[in-house]
Amino acid sequence: MEKRVVFDNRWLPYLLVAPQLLVTFVFFFWPAGQAIYQSAFIPDPFGLKTQFVGFGNFEYLFGNRYYRESFLTTAVFSVLVTVSAMSFALWLAVLADRVIKGSSAYRTLLIWPYAVAPAIAGVLWLFMFNPFTGIIAWMLSQMGYVWNHNLDGGQAMALVVAASAWKQISYNFLFFLAGLQAIPKSVIEAAAIDGASFWRRFWTIVFPLLSPTTFFLLVVNIIYAFFDTFGVIHTITKGGPEQSTTILVYKVFSDGFVGQDLGSSAAQSVVLLLLVGILTVVQFRFIERRVHY
Amino acid sequence: MKKIIAAGVVAALMSGVAPASAATQIDFWHAFTGRLGELLDEQVAKFNASQTDYTVVATNKGNYSETLNAGIAAFRAGEQPDILQVFEVGTATMMGAKGAIKPVYEVMAESGLPFDQSAYLAAVAGYYTTTDGQMLSLPYNSSTPVLYVNKDALKAAGLDPEMDLSTWEQVGTALDALKAAGNKCPLTTAWQSWVHLENLSAYHNVPFATKENGFAGVDTELTFNGEVQVKHIDTLGQWAKDGKFIYSGRRNEGGAPFRAGECALFTESSAGYAGVKKEATFDFAIRPLPYWSDVEGAPQNTIIGGASLWVMQGQTPEEYKGVAAFFNFLSSADIQAKWHQDTGYLPITMAAYEATKASGFYEANPGTDISIIQMTGKAPTANSKGLRLGSFDQIRGIIDEELEGVWNGSKSAKDALDSAVSRGDELLRRFEQANR
Repeated sequence: MEKRVVFDNRWLPYLLVAPQLLVTFVFFFWPAGQAIYQSAFIPDPFGLKTQFVGFGNFEYLFGNRYYRESFLTTAVFSVLVTVSAMSFALWLAVLADRVIKGSSAYRTLLIWPYAVAPAIAGVLWLFMFNPFTGIIAWMLSQMGYVWNHNLDGGQAMALVVAASAWKQISYNFLFFLAGLQAIPKSVIEAAAIDGASFWRRFWTIVFPLLSPTTFFLLVVNIIYAFFDTFGVIHTITKGGPEQSTTILVYKVFSDGFVGQDLGSSAAQSVVLLLLVGILTVVQFRFIERRVHY
Repeated sequence: MKKIIAAGVVAALMSGVAPASAATQIDFWHAFTGRLGELLDEQVAKFNASQTDYTVVATNKGNYSETLNAGIAAFRAGEQPDILQVFEVGTATMMGAKGAIKPVYEVMAESGLPFDQSAYLAAVAGYYTTTDGQMLSLPYNSSTPVLYVNKDALKAAGLDPEMDLSTWEQVGTALDALKAAGNKCPLTTAWQSWVHLENLSAYHNVPFATKENGFAGVDTELTFNGEVQVKHIDTLGQWAKDGKFIYSGRRNEGGAPFRAGECALFTESSAGYAGVKKEATFDFAIRPLPYWSDVEGAPQNTIIGGASLWVMQGQTPEEYKGVAAFFNFLSSADIQAKWHQDTGYLPITMAAYEATKASGFYEANPGTDISIIQMTGKAPTANSKGLRLGSFDQIRGIIDEELEGVWNGSKSAKDALDSAVSRGDELLRRFEQANR
């Protein structure tokens, strides 16, 4: 017999979801609508006068070589952050899963960095890698390697990726560990009895069974790399040297808040909105098919 | 809990109402924290104690950019303060917002209080006046770049610590000797665009941008890719390649290694004096900013950086009177002289400079008057009055990016400056469009 909960009142279900809808509308749809609306104008900063330019802001943006290059920078940055944050977290989770003694202490310690605000994480890494006074920069120079992320774009990228990924590892770790612990021990033990090595067990049993978690984290991490890494970049490189670490969301900030060019900033937000929308659709349509729930 | 809230509300109401009934409240939003914030609060407290008609309430709103954004957001919401501190690069943005600001000359004229524009240092006030000489905002904290010298480092390299470093040619010779002696950081700088392009242009009397550096109109175009600038940046690029010029970052990151004694020469704002004096354990000197001796007319005068106080539209006449009284107080000789001596910022009036001179401060602190001499030595020209460019904070960002290309050897000086000019011009056209 099928059991279903049915509401007698036709309006009650709507009433019950109304608060959630209201929150979504006020905090998501309204600002997004505003951004779309404003992207068609060039206002002055104080809102005294404004001009309608249609798609002018978008034409201006895509006519700019540096804006187009910023897409590539964002792609490189996001892939690096996502891959390194997820693989490192998975590695730690697999290790922590095997620890029996003192496991809760390990886990707590591994989760801590998540509580650090992005800007603080940026400053911490900057302290270590400051070309003049940073301890790691100093150690590298002792080994004959010159560290100066103020001038070397590759080093700057490596540093912002490391700082951003470091912060996200804890979050990923938590989910991976929960995922690992949800895998029935009997399946793994059966494989072990059949003589499968650790790596074989991992790749043929654990990893596929973990795929819902991995997929979820993939979406979350890409969105993190796109939007939440602003603080790290702002404190460490401010988008430099040249434009080697200017990702799209940083450009939204610098055009909007440094340049007071609200029209261009709004247009960039719309582009980002579309981009993340497309990415998420792609992920759900193509990658999710390979996920075993 | 309810009682506590009620008590809080009552207290808030009382504190809001009580002074208002006795005195008009003047809101002043600023970007100073730390020692500067304390000194500012001291000025405000002194003003409030000096009279009973007005109460100035000073509030910190973050750094310069954040303060400007707070002012803009507040204006859009109709909650703007009476006075807003805006950094010099925001000048064009504020000027463009005609309906949002009330020019200082207007505020002073309406108040009926005495106001003599000629009492202010022309080189300082010029940055904030219209082309026909009307003061738009009150100069508050202004500084200019100078050369800081670590005399011990020169000595260690076998150089005369008192050697003449007034030209870049002489600096070049000193750098050769420092490098040869194994110095790891012969020269570094703070605020590269401000020192090595904006001030370089003014100091050599060449334009940074057309239309009198933007003073004469928003249809201005950048011109800092001229011969003098290219030569200077090219030389610095060569020095960077040879390890004689060390790039330390876009802001004043170079201050830490200089104060720690690692760098021999350092171009930085005159307002960096207090920090160097406090921390340096070596013998240091302040010298004028070097110039190229082969450029005709050099040295002209340098220009300022810092911030000024803007008056916002939409307040009551009574509040504007209070603002005028407060500005008069800030401009008075003893307040200015104290501010100048405490902070290393320039005095804004001639009287404050004379008062400081008479007090013997410059003899006790050699080099602290160099910034004033450097700025007032010659009457400012159209090229050295200052800069008034829209989106200038962002243009500086572009200049930073392009210069980094020169320092790491990926771009020639000419290519970098050409590219910075064309990218900056694009922003100027955007600004022109928004402010038409």
